[in-house]
Amino acid sequence: MSTENTAPNSSKLTPFNLIAGLIVIVGLFITVLRFTKGLGAVSNLSNHSPWGIWIGFDLLVGVALAAGGYVTSAAVYVFGMKRYHSAVRPAVLTGFLGYLFVVIALHYDVGRPWRLPYPFIVGWGTTSLLFEVGLCVALYLTVLFLEFTPAPLEWLGLTKTRNLAVKLTMVLTIFGVVLSTLHQSSLGALFLIAPSKLHPLWYSPYLPVFFFVSSIIAGLSMVIFEGSLSHKAFHHKMDATHLQESDGLVLGFGKAAALVLAGYFTIKIVGITAGNHWHLLTSPYGYWFLVELLGFVALPCLLYAMGAREKNLKLIRFTAAWTVAGIVLNRLNVSVIAFNYHLPVAERYFPHWMEIGISVFMVTLLILVYRFIVTRMPILYGHPDYQANH
Amino acid sequence: MAISRRKFLGWMGAAGIGSTVAKSAGAASTGHFTGYPGSMGVLHDITRCVGCRSCEAACNQVNNLAAPTKPFSDLTVLEQKRATTNEAYTVVNRYESSEPKAAIPVFRKIQCNHCLEPACASVCFVRAFKKTEKGPVLYDPSVCVGCRYCMMACPFEIPTYEYNEPLTPRVLKCTLCAPRLEQGLLPGCVEACPKEALTFGKRTDLIQIARERIRNHPGRYLNHIYGENEMGGTSWLYLSSVPFGSVGLREDLGIKPAPELTAGALSIVPMVVGLWPVLLTGVFAMNKRKEKIAAQEQAQAVAAAVAEAQRKAQTQLTQALDKAKKEKDKALEQAEKAKEQAVKKALEAAATATETKPQTKGEGEEV
Ligand code: SF4
Ligand code: SF4
Ligand code: SF4
Repeated sequence: MSTENTAPNSSKLTPFNLIAGLIVIVGLFITVLRFTKGLGAVSNLSNHSPWGIWIGFDLLVGVALAAGGYVTSAAVYVFGMKRYHSAVRPAVLTGFLGYLFVVIALHYDVGRPWRLPYPFIVGWGTTSLLFEVGLCVALYLTVLFLEFTPAPLEWLGLTKTRNLAVKLTMVLTIFGVVLSTLHQSSLGALFLIAPSKLHPLWYSPYLPVFFFVSSIIAGLSMVIFEGSLSHKAFHHKMDATHLQESDGLVLGFGKAAALVLAGYFTIKIVGITAGNHWHLLTSPYGYWFLVELLGFVALPCLLYAMGAREKNLKLIRFTAAWTVAGIVLNRLNVSVIAFNYHLPVAERYFPHWMEIGISVFMVTLLILVYRFIVTRMPILYGHPDYQANH
Repeated sequence: MAISRRKFLGWMGAAGIGSTVAKSAGAASTGHFTGYPGSMGVLHDITRCVGCRSCEAACNQVNNLAAPTKPFSDLTVLEQKRATTNEAYTVVNRYESSEPKAAIPVFRKIQCNHCLEPACASVCFVRAFKKTEKGPVLYDPSVCVGCRYCMMACPFEIPTYEYNEPLTPRVLKCTLCAPRLEQGLLPGCVEACPKEALTFGKRTDLIQIARERIRNHPGRYLNHIYGENEMGGTSWLYLSSVPFGSVGLREDLGIKPAPELTAGALSIVPMVVGLWPVLLTGVFAMNKRKEKIAAQEQAQAVAAAVAEAQRKAQTQLTQALDKAKKEKDKALEQAEKAKEQAVKKALEAAATATETKPQTKGEGEEV
C-alpha cells in the first residue's frame, strides 16, 4: 500500500495540519521546559493542590473516554451483538491510543517517570488504590495492544501471527472487561481517602461505582461521537459493511446509553440520599452539582431515549457529544473543581496555560497517530484477504 | 477456545486471589490499631505557646534547610497564615480568637502529625512512607515516583514537594527528628522551645500528662486532646483553650484511621477478579448456545424444506411418469386401433376388389 494514495491529507498544508503543527511545536517547547526547569515552571500545582488537569483531564477523562474499547468488544464478543462487529476495530484502536497517551501524559506529571514501573518492582504498595490503577492500566494497555495487533499484522501480511492473535480475542475481551471494571472504578476510589477535601456532594462511598458506571456511558458515547467524526474525515476509507452497520450501531448504542444513564442518575440520587446531603443543593456548589446532574446526566438520558425511539440519528450523535462533555465535567469536578472546596479562593488551583498546552498537545498527537493508522491499516474496512473471518 | 478460557480462569485465580489482592485487602482491613507500644510523640500545649519561632529556627538548623529570606526573629511573618513548605517542615501561625475570654492571640505550631495509621503511607504505591515502631513516619526518596498521591491524601496537608526540581523532586516533611532520636537527642523544636509548649515522650504518657493538665486547670483547657483519636490517632497531640477549628485543626476528620476509607474498595478487587470472568464466560456461553440452537433450528428447517421439496419432486416425477405411461398406453391403444381400422379398411377394400375382379379372389382370402 503506497502512502501517497491512501493518506491524501497527511502531507499537505491543510488548515488542520498547520494548527496541529503549531500545537506540536508549542508542546515540544513546554516538554523541554518541564524536564529542565521542573513542574513548578510549567504548572500551577502546589502543596495543597498536588493534582491538576494532567490528572483530572489527561488521566481521569482520558481513561473514561477510552472505555469504548472494552464496552464495544464486550458487546460484540461476550453479549453476542455480532451486528456491530465493524465497530470493534476503531473502538479498540481509540482505546489503545487513549491509554497510550494517558501513560505518556503521566510522564510529565510524576516526578521521576522512569520509576513508573517501581510499584511492581520494588514497592508493592498494595494498600494503595493507585497501585491497582497502575497495575490494571499497565495490563490493559497490553491487552488493548494485543487486541489491536490483527490490524497491523494484516497490513504487513503476516497471516500466521495474525490468525494466532485473532484466536485470543475471547480471552482478551474477558480479561479486558475485568481490568477495566477494576481500574475505572479505582480511579473514583482514589478520592475515597480524602473525605475532608472533596465536597460532600461529590464525595461518596459509591465513588468507585459512579466511576465505573459512567465509564460505560463514556464508552458508548465516545464510540458514537468518534464514529460521526471519522465519518466526516475518513468516509472514503470505510467499506460497505462499516457504512451499513454504522447507523444500526448509533441506534443500538444510543439506546444502551439512555438505559445506563438512567441507572447512573438513580444511583447518584441514592448517593445524595445515603449521605443525606439534600440541603447542600441550595449552596453555590449545590447549583453546580445540579448543572452536572440535570444538564449532563438527566438531559442526555432523555435525548438519547428520544433519539432511539424516533430513530433520529442526528439527535443521538449530538447527545453523544453532549454526554462526552458531561464526562469531562464530572471528572474535573471530582479532581479539581470540587476538590479543596474548603480552601480560600486565593489558594485554589487554576491550570497554568502550559498545563492546558500539554493536554492539547497530547490530544493532537493522539489524533495524528489515529489518522496515520486508519489511513493505512484495515480499521474502518475489512481487509480483502481476511473477509471470511473478519 | 475452551482450553484457553479455562487456562485464563486459572491464571486469574492464581494471580489475583492468591497473592497481591488478598494481601492488599487484608492489610487495609486490619482491626483497630492504637499505635506501637512505647512509641514516642510530642504534646503541643497551645496555651503555652508564645509564637517565638525558636522551634522553626531549630528545625531549619537540624535539618540543614535553606536560610529563609526573613530571619526567624522577624515576627511579622506571623501576619500571614503559612503552611509547611519544602524549606520549612514546621511553621507557627497566629490565630486571633473570636472568643471574648481569650482576647489575646493564640499560636499553633504545624508539622507532620505522625499519624498512627498514616494516610500518606496507605496510599503510596511504592511504600515510600513507613510508620516506624518508635513513632516517626519516615519517607524513602530512593523509591518515590513523585506521584504526589500522599499529598492528596494527607488530611493535615503536610507533605510538600520540590516543584522546582526537574528530575529528582522529593516529598518533604518533618521526620520527628528520627536521626536525632537514634542518637538519644530530643527533636530540634522540642529542645529549642523556651516555654515548654512542646513535651516529648511516650505517647501513652503524653496522654496521661494532658489529662492531668485538663483536670488541674479545667478553666484553661478544653476537655479534648486533639490527636488522641482524630484519624485513628496521631503521635502529635494538642491541648487548647479555644476550639481546635479556630486554630486551623479540622474538627470534621472523624476517628476512622485513613486505611479504613479505602478498605471497602480494595476488598471488592478479589470479588471482581473472581466473579467477572465466570459471569462473562457464562453470558458468552449462553449467547453461543443461543446461536448454536438457532443454527441447529435453521439447519433442521432447511433439512425439512429440502425433504419436502424432494418429496414433492418425487411425487411430481411419479405423476409425470404415470401420466407419460398412460399417454403412452393411450398412444399405443390408438395406434392399435388405427392399425385395426387400417386392416379393416384394407379388408373391406379387398372385398370390394374381389367383387369386381374375381381373378384376385384367392389372394384376397389369403390376406
Ligand atoms: S500528618 Fe500527613 S504526612 Fe504526617 S503522617 Fe499523617 S498523613 Fe502522613
Ligand atoms: S509521591 Fe512518592 S511518597 Fe508520595 S505517594 Fe507518590 S511515590 Fe509515594
Ligand atoms: S518554640 Fe515553643 S513557644 Fe516558640 S513558637 Fe515554637 S512551640 Fe511556640
